[in-house]
Amino acid sequence: MTALVPAPYRVAASREETDDTQTLELVPVEGERIPYEPGQFTMIYGFGAGEVPISISGDPGVAGTLVHTVRAVGPTTEMLCSLSVGDEVGIRGPYGRGWPGPERDRDDLVLVAGGLGLAPLRPAIYRALAERERFQRLVLLYGGREPDQLLFRDELEEWADGEEIECEVIVDAAHPGWRGRVGVVPSLIERLDLDPERTTALVCGPEVMMRYAAAALLELGIAPRRLHLSMERNMRCAVGHCGHCQWGSSFICRDGPVLDWATVGPRIGVREL
Amino acid sequence: MREISELLEEIEVLQGLEPVDRDLVAGCGVNAVFSDGDYLIREGEPATTFFAIRHGTAAVEIATRSGSPLVIETLHEGDVVGWSWLFEPHRSRFDVRAVGDLRVIAFDGACLRGKCEADHDLGFELMGRFARLICERLQTTRLRLLDVYGSPVGGAVGAGSGDP
Amino acid sequence: MTRGPRGRTIYSGALESPTTTDRRERLPTTSSPRTLQRDNFDLLLEAIRAAGYEVIGPRVASGAIELGPIARAAELPIGVTEQQDGGTYALSNRGDRALFGFSTGPQSWKRYLHPPVLRLWRSRRDDGRLKIEAEPQDAPRRAFLGVRSCDLHAIAALDDALLSIEHPDDGYRARRESTLIVALNCSTAGGTCFCVSTGTGPRVGSGYDLALTEVTYPDAHYFVIAAESEEGERILAALPTAEASEQELAGAERVVAGTAASMGRELETDGLAELLGQNLEHPRWEEVAERCLSCGNCTSVCPTCFCTDVEDTVDLTGETAEHRRRWDSCFTLDFSHLHDGSVRQSVGSRYRQWMTHKLSTWNEQFDHSSGCVGCGRCITWCPVAIDITEEAAAIRATDGARA
Repeated sequence: MTALVPAPYRVAASREETDDTQTLELVPVEGERIPYEPGQFTMIYGFGAGEVPISISGDPGVAGTLVHTVRAVGPTTEMLCSLSVGDEVGIRGPYGRGWPGPERDRDDLVLVAGGLGLAPLRPAIYRALAERERFQRLVLLYGGREPDQLLFRDELEEWADGEEIECEVIVDAAHPGWRGRVGVVPSLIERLDLDPERTTALVCGPEVMMRYAAAALLELGIAPRRLHLSMERNMRCAVGHCGHCQWGSSFICRDGPVLDWATVGPRIGVREL
Repeated sequence: MREISELLEEIEVLQGLEPVDRDLVAGCGVNAVFSDGDYLIREGEPATTFFAIRHGTAAVEIATRSGSPLVIETLHEGDVVGWSWLFEPHRSRFDVRAVGDLRVIAFDGACLRGKCEADHDLGFELMGRFARLICERLQTTRLRLLDVYGSPVGGAVGAGSGDP
Repeated sequence: MTRGPRGRTIYSGALESPTTTDRRERLPTTSSPRTLQRDNFDLLLEAIRAAGYEVIGPRVASGAIELGPIARAAELPIGVTEQQDGGTYALSNRGDRALFGFSTGPQSWKRYLHPPVLRLWRSRRDDGRLKIEAEPQDAPRRAFLGVRSCDLHAIAALDDALLSIEHPDDGYRARRESTLIVALNCSTAGGTCFCVSTGTGPRVGSGYDLALTEVTYPDAHYFVIAAESEEGERILAALPTAEASEQELAGAERVVAGTAASMGRELETDGLAELLGQNLEHPRWEEVAERCLSCGNCTSVCPTCFCTDVEDTVDLTGETAEHRRRWDSCFTLDFSHLHDGSVRQSVGSRYRQWMTHKLSTWNEQFDHSSGCVGCGRCITWCPVAIDITEEAAAIRATDGARA
């Protein structure tokens, strides 16, 4: 299993996104940064603490740094969020099936993100912006808890101000300083005027949110094979050995995390699967 | 200047009414304008008026102890604000404030209730439409109640699947 | 072949004559089968050791038949058999000198190919720098003595699960390649066996180095032995054997036929994978949950269960850490842990996960094996005698029922 042993990476920067979420920029101690596709993840090893699977949230077209956005929800992720520049972690990967490209040129691409779900979608946004001519419309719908819980706020503003991508942001609740929308992501989807025959939708966020977002997209007529979700299950090895990430017959670590609705649809309603 | 009855087509819950019903409803409405920060509705006050938004954003708020109110929903073009006019005790339960300049059709609740009582077909039609509207609002409220982006009910990718 | 009735059968030695003598169809071989006399069995063990393998085989220990190093034939469970049924296992005396007159015990060969605990790497923190070193994978040369057909299929299942994938388990492969397999056609069916139903026995198929069939008469006691690999042929060539006669081969056939006719359980496998996939909300899952203790015995004794967990420990100086892998069970609450709660909180959902993996989703995941090999261990070793064949039959009988 020598190919499955982590390689050391150094923290080059750690940026606070919200009160419990950090974006880490890592550089390999030796050699080149691993190449990756949008939607893939790595196992990050914190010395003595263990490994956690974290989606890559950076630009695959930019060499050198490996970017991960981590939320502190347990001992290992808390440790990762408190790392300083110069600290070292272990990285192995990339793993998993990432976001698909457009079915045809000049299709519309709709990205629906909720909360931390914007992080695994951001590489897809970067890739789409770099290959902008492959799409007609590029739309991002992003929902969060409150305005100060939103990720990548500088970039969101940049994207919202620009012409390349249509951005709609909505929060569950806000204080009056917020001039944007308050409500839920499915209601943004309902207002979308899109051609379902030419639309690919990529959805990532809490599972409940993804279920309702998918329902709203399907109601607009999107074909199940063009609707892709990033699923999450317990992962201990990321390479299909430990068996933990199974969901039905899929191993999320290698058949996913991105799965299309033809696979997800029949399963997502089965309780405790 | 367009007639109110034509403008009703812009309002989702009032689209596609029979011409007779459309005119009855329009008869209870007038155009109105609010500036940024103006209150359309105040919590606890008699719910005499409801509003259909033609242009702009209205924020539904609840005052909190800490002074700064919490915005729990924003409503936009085509949405209707306020349904306390439908039922006793006809008192508003929330504040609603204009975000930026707001152009609305303001409907007299008592006027419309009177017409519904006189014409039960109209009444049934409007009750059905508002019932659907309230269902949709309830659904979005329930989704927010789950606090999916917070914890522990919600989840998020990359947050440590199995961080023990 | 006919399927046996429910209930156990103890080998009695009185069998019918075979109906065909075409040995090439009956016994899979690359060379002709030979006969080894029972009293020469130690020579087989010596030849295997001379070829550089430590012999691991069945022995009586702790009131059961367990696997461990075997130096001489005398260490085998001679004249021992067992009674197995739901939640029941007891050894008893056969009153003869059979070396392998029993079926499977609680252990399977996975403990040697896929060890219960395995260190994967060590890491050191040196002045802020992180050093990670892979653990060299131990691949001792071992001979597995007495691998039943079910267990041979189970090894093929583990091969599928751990090698046929994008990131194969190299340690498993190394251990697999350094293992000599001496398979055994069962002369006794265990009380909970259903390999006939799953198509995984009792006749040993392909995938061994040597295969044995023990034939016992009042006046004769021999092994029909065949090789399927070069290593097997070399070992066989070192033994005092004779070419197996028609009569001796017929004797071996009768043994296998007798075992096949005395299965302890049946499992209707026709359309079973789809049936379970369509009954994920069946009320039976809640019903079995009332009995299941989620103790995980079934996953421990199952020869195809391969799930593991990893653990990280730091030494007292805080400078060296280890990353270890160990066996895990989908029956634990933590198995499906996510930060917002475990996905499979109810026992019923965990039982469903295990059973549908064995009998249903495995088929979609892997092409060359089945998740269940009909060994019956999960039935024998379940403290409350839950029976996978009974659960499957119950769901089939009420296909489509909803809770």
